[in-house]
Amino acid sequence: MSFPLLTVVAAVPAAGAVATAALPAARRTAAKWLALLVSVVTFALALVVAFRFDPGSKSPYQFTESHAWISDFGVRYALGVDGIAVALIALTTLLIPFIILAGWHDADPLEEAAPNRRWRPTQGFFALILAVEAMVVISFEATDVFVFYLFFEAMLIPMYFLIGGFGDRAGGEDEDGAARRRSNAAVKFLLYNLAGGLIMLAAVIGLYAVTADQLGSGTFSLQQIVEARAAGRLHIGTGTERLLFLGFFFAFAVKAPLWPLHTWLPGAMGESTSPVAVLITAVVDKVGTFAMLRFCLQLFPEASSWATPVILVLALISVLYGALLAVAQRDIKRLIAYASISHFGFIILGIFAMTSQGQGGATLYMVNHGISTAALMLVAGFLISRRGSRLIADYGGVQKVAPILAGTFLIGGLATLSLPGLAPFVSEFLVLVGTFSRYPVIGIIATLGIVLAALYVLVLYQRTMTGPVKPQVSGLPDLRVRELVVVAPLIALLLFLGVYPKPLTDLVNPAVDHTLSVVDKKDPKPTVQVDAVPGGGRHGHAVREQDVEAAK
Amino acid sequence: MSPVASVHSLWTVAAGAPGKIPAPHIEYAELSPTLIVLGAAVIGILIEALVPRRHRYYSQLLLSLVALAAAFAAVIGLAAGGFGSSKAHIAAMGAVAVDGPALFLQGTILLVSLIAVFTFAERRLEPAAHGEGASPARTKGRAWGRVDSFAAQPAAVPGSAAEQAAVKAGFTTTEVFPILLFAVGGMLIFPAASDLLTLFIALEVFSLPLYLLCALARRQRLLSQEAAVKYFLLGAFSSAFLLFGVALLYGYAGTVTYAGIAEVVSDGAKQIDPALAGTMGNDALLLIGAALVLMGLLFKVGAVPFHMWTPDVYQGAPTPVTGFMAAATKVAAFGALLRLLYVVLPGLRWDWRPVMWGVAILTMLGGAIVAITQTDIKRLLAYSSIAHAGFLLAGVVATSEDGVSSVLFYLGAYSFVTLGAFAVVTLVRDAGGEATALSKWAGLGRRSPLVAAVFAVFLLAFAGIPLTSGFAGKFAVFKAAAQSGAGWLVVVGVLSSAIAAFFYIRVIVLMFFNEPKADGPTVAVPSPLTTTAIAIGVTATLVLGLAPQYFLDLAGQASVFVR
Repeated sequence: MSFPLLTVVAAVPAAGAVATAALPAARRTAAKWLALLVSVVTFALALVVAFRFDPGSKSPYQFTESHAWISDFGVRYALGVDGIAVALIALTTLLIPFIILAGWHDADPLEEAAPNRRWRPTQGFFALILAVEAMVVISFEATDVFVFYLFFEAMLIPMYFLIGGFGDRAGGEDEDGAARRRSNAAVKFLLYNLAGGLIMLAAVIGLYAVTADQLGSGTFSLQQIVEARAAGRLHIGTGTERLLFLGFFFAFAVKAPLWPLHTWLPGAMGESTSPVAVLITAVVDKVGTFAMLRFCLQLFPEASSWATPVILVLALISVLYGALLAVAQRDIKRLIAYASISHFGFIILGIFAMTSQGQGGATLYMVNHGISTAALMLVAGFLISRRGSRLIADYGGVQKVAPILAGTFLIGGLATLSLPGLAPFVSEFLVLVGTFSRYPVIGIIATLGIVLAALYVLVLYQRTMTGPVKPQVSGLPDLRVRELVVVAPLIALLLFLGVYPKPLTDLVNPAVDHTLSVVDKKDPKPTVQVDAVPGGGRHGHAVREQDVEAAK
Repeated sequence: MSPVASVHSLWTVAAGAPGKIPAPHIEYAELSPTLIVLGAAVIGILIEALVPRRHRYYSQLLLSLVALAAAFAAVIGLAAGGFGSSKAHIAAMGAVAVDGPALFLQGTILLVSLIAVFTFAERRLEPAAHGEGASPARTKGRAWGRVDSFAAQPAAVPGSAAEQAAVKAGFTTTEVFPILLFAVGGMLIFPAASDLLTLFIALEVFSLPLYLLCALARRQRLLSQEAAVKYFLLGAFSSAFLLFGVALLYGYAGTVTYAGIAEVVSDGAKQIDPALAGTMGNDALLLIGAALVLMGLLFKVGAVPFHMWTPDVYQGAPTPVTGFMAAATKVAAFGALLRLLYVVLPGLRWDWRPVMWGVAILTMLGGAIVAITQTDIKRLLAYSSIAHAGFLLAGVVATSEDGVSSVLFYLGAYSFVTLGAFAVVTLVRDAGGEATALSKWAGLGRRSPLVAAVFAVFLLAFAGIPLTSGFAGKFAVFKAAAQSGAGWLVVVGVLSSAIAAFFYIRVIVLMFFNEPKADGPTVAVPSPLTTTAIAIGVTATLVLGLAPQYFLDLAGQASVFVR
């Protein structure tokens, strides 16, 4: 039996979570270092997976593991990764060390708090982050619908405690009110996602009933179901398939989040600390969009095609609505949250455009959005922790006081508005091209989202960083070494992937082609030859400059 | 002939041929689990009468544990001897079935009772003189006494001088152990009962001790007695319904054995008993009788609309008793319900399935929705138990082997979670005893993270979050329901799960995200007894959640009823 590499990638953070949680209250610093060490080791393991992964291989999944687990339910502990999963596992494991570093002091107990031997918030904070990491990694790896569902749902619990239990202390005088808002946001997060998950549970059970009915024994194996469908042994009735698809899609759309199921996100991101906000939007939410690609499309290809028009319109609304609301926000973190909703709209647009550029672009988008949002949100978090306020109006002229902070914030912001040369541009461009080639009208309208992105990012920068220095801002220190260590690699990565995304596209494209072949969609004949690697950036360039103009 | 003479002649006729009455043939070995428990209960009564007061506690505790463990070993022995599958048959002249479901349920009941004995025997939580002056400051640490959660002198009028004297003297009530054993004995027969009269007697044998136990709370005596009276009155009503139903079914089939009735239901009456010529085979009797018997069972299960007693009784009863009732009664009653529906009434499936669908939907939604407004943790758990009864009913209506095995598994999983949860409730206390008002639980996670985390695990299992036993059980039940074509029942099930999740989560919010109040309750440090009970609950919750296969197999093998 080969070495269970995928299990190990998930098991290391899980074991790390237990070990971190077990440290006594006084060993806070040790807990932090342990968590950091574990997350770095996990990243190293993920890199091993990424480098040993063979994109050209014929089999759709690699490093597969399969063990009997609950045979009564037809459940096997089956793992395997395709290029998309490898990219997202790499992203997740990459971001966690930065999240831990950025949140280094977020969970320190308040100084005035009475010492309590049993209450160990710091250990809890880092243990929960590692637990989320383990569950997210397993959900990316699972090729068994049931295993995926287990961890997809289970990760809500540590997330819930992270959101509800730790705030950024930027509520000002009203700390009690902040705690109440925080716990409300956590409950809202949990209820939305739990409701989505439970509806998915009904669909999961329905899927089992269908397979048990037609294949003799029920199964949750993605590959088996896909093969049985291709071979004509499994035929899901049209009505049933649509219902099952809706059950699955609902859960993923809540998680992603897609308009109109997005309303939990701004609260959850706004009230939690910024590392946790990054964890939500850059890591956990990706499971939703990833699952659309892996499960919705492959399990229910016909229903996916059937639902495409509605989903595209919803995604389009997400793009515009998120961007418009971002423009109107007064709170920095909520602004970034709405921007994320807009970006998730693009990702879903790319997935359901059913073209290889669209889906490849959507996968790249997931990775790039993770990195760029992490950079922006973490710098915003550093800024907020200095001033103790999340309101844009409380800032002004920061770039004179803390130029490095302002500079990194600008780069993060420019990445968010998909400036050419930075990584998100490539993916956004691909998504738009992919959408345009099949649905030109929707593609054109979606471009408006970019215009608005330029507006909200640049206005945010202008109001907080430029202008006269506000008195409360004047004493702000610039980025510390720890903070630079967090931000610099992310920015370097944004630049690198912006000019040379080939490693990522090479990894992702075969998997996307496989998905499309399952869905039985061929790319429409392109009128303009578009290379997956930008050099074709010229096409977007003109549009982009107009956008910047428009923003001004 | 005078009336007296005619009666006399009846007697002489009846006594005329003594040789023709066969001595009943009883398979003692196969009934040994029940016999051990009931025998131990009798010995327990003797201990109360003969052993000096200071030795009673330990001898009762030891006796109960040994008896339950021995009975469990006997169940295992029977199962290993093939009585769960190939040798399954109906013992004791057609009165008691020895088959897979019976043995599985008996094993579960015995394990649950074993753990319940631990919580019954807990004596470190209450201060010895809990009356006036037992302030939290005094109760902290050294002042823990040696009394349990049962009334010092149950016969004393609440609030009277006699009661206060008993409390001051630190009296304890060791007769709870034999009472518990009697209840367990009845519960062991209940799911195995194979004729309607045995069913009724088993019901009374386990109900009467439970009525008594409910009245025995050490604190809040009035509430406890009120609960007992309510439980007794409503229980008596439901018993009467059941008995009436039994009579009608006898009129319909001319027999009270399950097999006999099932035969008449499916093939019609073959030999008409002359005395019942007017009624046998009359479908009206069958339908009304079956409905009345079902009502009696649904009452014990706590299904809507027969659930009214649940919250009051759960709240008023001493918490260890509540835990025992919530777990073991549910197991026994669902066992009896399954046997009745699957053995006696399968021929009537098309009549009872729609009704049970409705009951299941009402129970799931009713329990979940009403639970939202509860402000007392014990009442909340009571409504949650109602919702869980609804989920179980969804498995019951599947009418397949999968349905039976899923219900068996769910019962096992659920009862350990319940026991553990109520054991935790006994620990959270303030000056007035257990602090069951939800508002007092605020910030518990800050004061004692471990206890709060354990309780959170139980709540998450109740909510059916993956990786806990609650999820595995819920999945099994819904899967069985979906395969039997009850897709919409599953949808209602997941919706009410979502509603139910809301109030479980609310408790977690309260414990972890709210600041502790200055005069909030403290978490008492229990003896190893309660600690063991809670530890077993947590272990079972996680093991059944992560690796349920072995237990699913077990339930699957045990899912065939003998006819």
